[in-house]
Amino acid sequence: MKFAVIVFPGSNCDRDMYHAAKDALGAEAELVWYQDAALEGYDAILIPGGFSYGDYLRCGAIASTSDIVTSLRREAKKGTPILGVCNGFQILLESGLLPGALIRNQNLKFICHFEELVVNNNETLFTTDYEKNEVISVPVAHGEGNYYCDDQTLAELVEHKQIVFTYKNNPNGSVRDIAGIVNKQGNVLGMMPHPERAAERLLGSDDGLKMFTSMLKNWRDQYATNA
Amino acid sequence: MTKVSIHVTLKEGVLDPQGKAIENSLSTLGYDGVHDVRVGKLIEMFIDHEDVEAQVNVMCEKLLANPVIENFTYEIEEGVAQ
Repeated sequence: MKFAVIVFPGSNCDRDMYHAAKDALGAEAELVWYQDAALEGYDAILIPGGFSYGDYLRCGAIASTSDIVTSLRREAKKGTPILGVCNGFQILLESGLLPGALIRNQNLKFICHFEELVVNNNETLFTTDYEKNEVISVPVAHGEGNYYCDDQTLAELVEHKQIVFTYKNNPNGSVRDIAGIVNKQGNVLGMMPHPERAAERLLGSDDGLKMFTSMLKNWRDQYATNA
Repeated sequence: MTKVSIHVTLKEGVLDPQGKAIENSLSTLGYDGVHDVRVGKLIEMFIDHEDVEAQVNVMCEKLLANPVIENFTYEIEEGVAQ
């Protein structure tokens, strides 16, 4: 299985994401500079955290206008698994690949610590290795992670089981304690907490690794079905 | 030269923690009657092309404002010296 890790100017979790896929999981991974807009030939795409374009205008807004996002939209439509973490989540929202928006944390602070998350949906290709309602420990590191959407969108998210992760102790004011959501098709997941920073025991938790093992297993199953 | 001033504001109902913090500071300074402080953005630009209004609308929808959380208004001034 081959992962692409997209690197924007200002990405700063790209190496961690690469390390999680390549070393913690043991799959193939490549760092892809955003100007090399070819995303074909990868089995999954990872959009890392950071401060793409210095968070100018709105977090993720400038990155969402780049050519690579056109390729990303094409891959999303094709069903390629896409995981956006932190700034990667912000980029997915600004690109319209996921519904809603992220606004400033309710307490106005940049928060950086481990949070307990509840796995609300373990039936996505990113979460099958978790138990339903399993509580996992994964770090957050953001100033604008307060998920917002209107009531109608929220009702749709609930109806289609798109809320994948929620915070046990909401740290940022997100509606419905939302920490991560998936698109209706089930192949694009965005989340504020960093599973790649919890992919090895040495890092204080390896609870995030199951996201990567889930992706690998589901890719293998699909590969076996298609072969 | 056509000058465009675009105001981007948070939609009603969207929490504005920055506005709240400013409100608290104003209260500390003794301005007690101040409430519902909201922070927005002013984006100014000069445009050479014709059909400015249509262009500005699309710019706002595509990039300058996020329709999920923000509204926009703009003023167009013709014949402004840059």
